[in-house]
Amino acid sequence: MKKDIILAGVGGQGILSIATVIGEAALTNGLHIKQAEVHGMSQRGGDVQSNLRLSSDPISSDLIPTGGVDIIISLEPMEALRYIGSLSKEGWIVTSTIPFINIPNYPDTEEVIKHIKAIPNNVMLDVETLAKNAGAPAQASNMVLLGAAVPMLGIEYEAIKEAVRKIFSRKGEEIVNSNLAALEAGYQYSLESTK
Amino acid sequence: MKDNNLFYMRRLLLGDEAIALSAIHSGISGVYAYPGTPSTEITEYIQHMQKSTPESEKVFCRWCTNEKTAMEAALGMSYMGKRALVCMKHVGMNVAADAFVNSAMTGTNGGLVVVAADDPSMHSSQNEQDSRFYGKFSFIPTFEPASQQEAYDMVRDAFEFSEKYKIPVLLRVTTRMAHSRAEVETCDQKRPQNECSFPENPRQWILLPANSKVRYNTLLQEQELFEQESANDPRNKYIPGTDKSMAIVACGIAYNYLMENYPQGSPYGILKISRYPIPDTLIEQMLSDGIKKVMVMEEGQPVAEEIMLQKISSKVEVVGRLTGELPRVGELNPDSVRKALGLEPLKAHESDDIVVSRPPALCQGCGHRDMYKALNEVAAEFENSRIFSDIGCYTLGALPPFRAIHSTVDMGASITMAKGASDAGQFPSFAVIGDSTFTHSGITGLLDCVNNNANVVIIISDNLTTGMTGGQDSAGTGRLESICAGVGVDPAHIRVVVPLPKNMEEIKQTLREEIAYNGVSVVIPRRECIQTFKRHAREKKNNK
Repeated sequence: MKKDIILAGVGGQGILSIATVIGEAALTNGLHIKQAEVHGMSQRGGDVQSNLRLSSDPISSDLIPTGGVDIIISLEPMEALRYIGSLSKEGWIVTSTIPFINIPNYPDTEEVIKHIKAIPNNVMLDVETLAKNAGAPAQASNMVLLGAAVPMLGIEYEAIKEAVRKIFSRKGEEIVNSNLAALEAGYQYSLESTK
Repeated sequence: MKDNNLFYMRRLLLGDEAIALSAIHSGISGVYAYPGTPSTEITEYIQHMQKSTPESEKVFCRWCTNEKTAMEAALGMSYMGKRALVCMKHVGMNVAADAFVNSAMTGTNGGLVVVAADDPSMHSSQNEQDSRFYGKFSFIPTFEPASQQEAYDMVRDAFEFSEKYKIPVLLRVTTRMAHSRAEVETCDQKRPQNECSFPENPRQWILLPANSKVRYNTLLQEQELFEQESANDPRNKYIPGTDKSMAIVACGIAYNYLMENYPQGSPYGILKISRYPIPDTLIEQMLSDGIKKVMVMEEGQPVAEEIMLQKISSKVEVVGRLTGELPRVGELNPDSVRKALGLEPLKAHESDDIVVSRPPALCQGCGHRDMYKALNEVAAEFENSRIFSDIGCYTLGALPPFRAIHSTVDMGASITMAKGASDAGQFPSFAVIGDSTFTHSGITGLLDCVNNNANVVIIISDNLTTGMTGGQDSAGTGRLESICAGVGVDPAHIRVVVPLPKNMEEIKQTLREEIAYNGVSVVIPRRECIQTFKRHAREKKNNK
């Protein structure tokens, strides 16, 4: 088993909490992990990404080679496209459709969506609405996105749920349940849309 | 060999965290550091660990004013026989250099390990200097781990080495090591901290010429021992290949990029380097394999490549960053290494040019924004305003919408450059510096201004924290006015304002009055960093 993932978003959106959950699940499953993060200046509202690598064999590089990316998981649609040049021909894009517009020259949103649709393997979802409908707060949107990526991850859904329980447990039962509900909403949406 | 009586654990750790944890397990008594990307998380991890550490085992871990004070305090702790860790980003080495270089001359008593986190590709820095030069320059042995696991293991070895040879050890990492997580097997057996003891050779610590001359000769003689130790480190090794047309020297994490491209093993021999000085014996072993060409892969500047050029006869070609096989600038990655190896790129989707760049920006609600708005408007009232800025979040004032500043050079340079410009006839001459950068390296420059009654307006944009690196304590919080007054600034010209949109007229008026004053003015716009403000609000809510 080997999955190379790019997590993408804008500084402050919380892509690293997705990485934390996947990392926890992978570690419990005895997988090898490497995860390169971005700290420092770019966190201030700029584009951020994290290279997350999972494998049953030892992993050499902290960075994923161009063309080696299996999944782009993005909290922002244009940010998903930023890494398209690294995505393998068979790779997946799982992205939120809600644009984060903090620059004057943000491209036409409909065009951005159209470009993502042109990639054969894509899952696009309105993470905030799905979170809301699942009774979860907007902060749990990233768990909706993670849920949508679960079918491509190569890790059992149950293991991801367990990791969510473990990571959020210190915040109380209510937070755990709303994050699990958000995760489930994304998971079901993804299963439905990739049928 | 694993000792079954010890407690092994598998953890997911950043390179920085692996270093921190290993330092704790090695029995340090103190960590001395000033925040700087990508080194900050080392000290933060040690600070975090103290919360669950019994009182008797706690270590000193408060932030220092700058890297030089950190290095010197650590040397003091080492003098007392205890182990100390010093952490900084690469440019911090410039600030600490006086103490660092001379620590090779004094030597150490308790183990002393200095971590320099280099930032090739300048993700969050103003240059990509290579700290290995400092090791070479100072004759201090340098360790460069190839993985997070090696980082964990090497910190232990570094402390042992430091105490064995009574010399500091430089541990050099780069951004991709510092800020990448990997699983690390840790041995959770904490070595007890050292008891206090004075150095065996007290004269060595008094660097009078008579003592230094003796010591320098010893230091040079010891280089051979250090090289021998490098040769004995199993992380330094020559792995023969089947294809003798070339061998590859892979330093630090370059080894990972190489192996990424040869998952089934490299056809070429590999000289893996994780420790300097590079032993001649290993270079000879590589050459005796009958190879025709040596390719050097290293993060940062061509340090090892120059060594190879010097040590290898011209009959064997040496290629790398200097010859263009690998890019001369920036960090390595699996792609640049793949290209150097002449392998076909993997198939990928086409890049999409609908994507536009999204540069970092000052946060919404940040006080620096209000400061720049006021300053820009007042500066525009003069024909030739010049604003010398500094290192921190407010450097982002260079970007739209502000485009406010004319320089950013090094920690503290805003004040001294504003003074030099004023000496040359510039009016009005502004400095913009943050509170933490001011205490780091601005106070001495302010004293120069006062002693010359320079006609400058110094804006200390005080957000009560070290913002860019994530909100660490700032050394002068609550005392900036008294520091400035103590240095000799006329208290009538130390003005505090609150940077909020509603106060815009007042801030502008204050600036105008201080421009009109012919002398040293300090204006302090003070409002808490919006990020630490939010964090404090969250903590308050959670504690309820």
